Amino acid sequence: MNLSILASTGQIGNPAVNIGIFVAFVVITLAIVIRVGRRNTNAAEYFTGGHAFTGRQNGIAIAGDYLSAASFLGIAGAIAVYGYDGFLYSIGFLVAWLVALLLVAELLRNTGKFTMADVLSFRLKQRPVRLAAAISTMTVSLFYLLAQMAGAGGLVALLLNIQGRAAQSLVIAIVGVLMILYVLIGGMTGTTWVQIIKAVLLITGAGVMTLMVLFHFHLNLSEILGSAQEMVHKATTKGVAARDVLAPGAKYGATTLSKVDLISLGIALVLGTAGLPHVLMRFYTVPTAREARRSVVWAIGLIGAFYLFTLILGYGAAAMVGPDTILKAPGKENSAAPLLAFELGGTILLGVISAVAFATILAVVAGLTITAATSFAHDVYASVMKNHQVTEDEQVKVSRIAAVIMGVAAIGLGILANGQNVAFLVALAFAVAASANLPTILYSLYWRRFNTRGALWSMYGGLISCIVLIIFSPAVSGAKTSMLPNADFHFFPLQNPGIVSIPLAFILGIVGTLTSRDAGDPELNAEMEVRSLTGVGAEKATHH
Amino acid sequence: MPTNDLSHSNVPQPSGAQYMAVQASPEFQELRTRLRRFVFPTTIFFLVWYALYVLLGAFSHDFMATKVFGNINVGLLLGLGQFLTTFLITGLYIRFANRVLDPRAAKIRNEMHWSEQ
Repeated sequence: MNLSILASTGQIGNPAVNIGIFVAFVVITLAIVIRVGRRNTNAAEYFTGGHAFTGRQNGIAIAGDYLSAASFLGIAGAIAVYGYDGFLYSIGFLVAWLVALLLVAELLRNTGKFTMADVLSFRLKQRPVRLAAAISTMTVSLFYLLAQMAGAGGLVALLLNIQGRAAQSLVIAIVGVLMILYVLIGGMTGTTWVQIIKAVLLITGAGVMTLMVLFHFHLNLSEILGSAQEMVHKATTKGVAARDVLAPGAKYGATTLSKVDLISLGIALVLGTAGLPHVLMRFYTVPTAREARRSVVWAIGLIGAFYLFTLILGYGAAAMVGPDTILKAPGKENSAAPLLAFELGGTILLGVISAVAFATILAVVAGLTITAATSFAHDVYASVMKNHQVTEDEQVKVSRIAAVIMGVAAIGLGILANGQNVAFLVALAFAVAASANLPTILYSLYWRRFNTRGALWSMYGGLISCIVLIIFSPAVSGAKTSMLPNADFHFFPLQNPGIVSIPLAFILGIVGTLTSRDAGDPELNAEMEVRSLTGVGAEKATHH
Repeated sequence: MPTNDLSHSNVPQPSGAQYMAVQASPEFQELRTRLRRFVFPTTIFFLVWYALYVLLGAFSHDFMATKVFGNINVGLLLGLGQFLTTFLITGLYIRFANRVLDPRAAKIRNEMHWSEQ
């Protein structure tokens, strides 16, 4: 197979074709962003698209936001190399949407305006709670950004045959600058349209590849699995051939510790989604709770279908490309999906799939940047620093400056994190979101007694414990796969801190609340509960 | 213009006392109970089912590797089962929310707006 020769020399497909298709995507989306950007006349337009998207549009945009490079490249690659354990990721990512659908989406839509902090601080002390929520929003978004930018570097290495670290850094910087442009010009409306276009391209592309794999194996799933296992057994890369890729255990199975790590990861994935600020912010782009519900249904359908595709693509890549070729390619396991595209459809399909993967990163980082920038402008600047004595136009201006700063930070971090495992970094962002945000969101929506101290203890406790455990985990130091492989200051044995920090944050919320005599303002408590369940104040009465 | 006003539109805003009255009303209590009676047990169900799946994935490799037909094993079927239950619960919730929650919420909302005028 000439593919393995090409891949081992670092060159597959035609870089000119890859760049051409990607440039076409950028030109088309920029044109759309500039067009819709003219409508950004006030803050509600800029931050939420004027609450004017339909449930279906928002659902597709949520899928576009959620199906990051980690989902496409990371999961397909993990399934291709580790088999079943990669599939576990996608199940956690999907089931997590039920938490968002049943417990969070509609009530949040009814009580907030621009950011997550609107809901959390509704009936609690405004300034401290807003500040905590904004800090955690920016931390989670930065972690997630880091993961996306790290993926961009590896992708560039593979697709454009750019091997030098300096040249890769330049491409990461170009991605960052493009993303800043989208956010500055387009605001939430422009960003949403970029995500809608990207989601349609990504899901269609993955769907077409899935059909091609299925037809290649005569529509026989068992045959795909059998060939995948056969190729893995024939692999010459050290430690790969012995793997049973059809059952769990290839990645997380060697020791009791790694099994506990798998459980910790599972908890973080299933509870993280409903605490991700960039996902929560998307619920404000629709006019009513009913449309928010509809958006989640669309998102679950599209995301579920997509993960079923990645199952076929991952095993398909193992069967048709083989783990040896994948692991030798410049992007390692992240290159499984592009290599499979080349095997199935040659240069053109590879070009299309690469451009889509690149567009994916671009759209997701734009969504993250606008989330963090909005939270800074609306929660930190307007509420905490200026005590609400600012106009909404000023908030938009501050948010634009914050977007530029976030963008520059993301470029810097992306260059530093270049080459890290993408799906794994995203899992850490989920752990932070589940620890710092979810307990307070649920308590403030469902527990009348919950008060300011409970919120602060839970948010800061969850955030700090999660970050500290990550810093002293093998993810950062002390192992070959660490960010700092040459240092060793780890004392926490697990890669993912979720199993400790998430329960801790839930407990701190209860302890903080019960040890404080603050019972809150009964009128505000009543207002929040009535608004959250009925939509009063957020929706126009139907008789008007 | 101060920006801590959370209203989305220009509808008149009810007072705190009105919210307290609505919160205590039997209609609102019924809406609240109905919602909680659906979402809490459903959430417990899918979290337990997911936890069971992850625990089996972590500790029962042999059971998950049991072949059912061809190369399709128990692990794969349970994994696809997670997809299936997620889609099913989504469908059930939509039906419940459209039939039970929406009309009740709309009724309370409209009564509150009417009493303004």
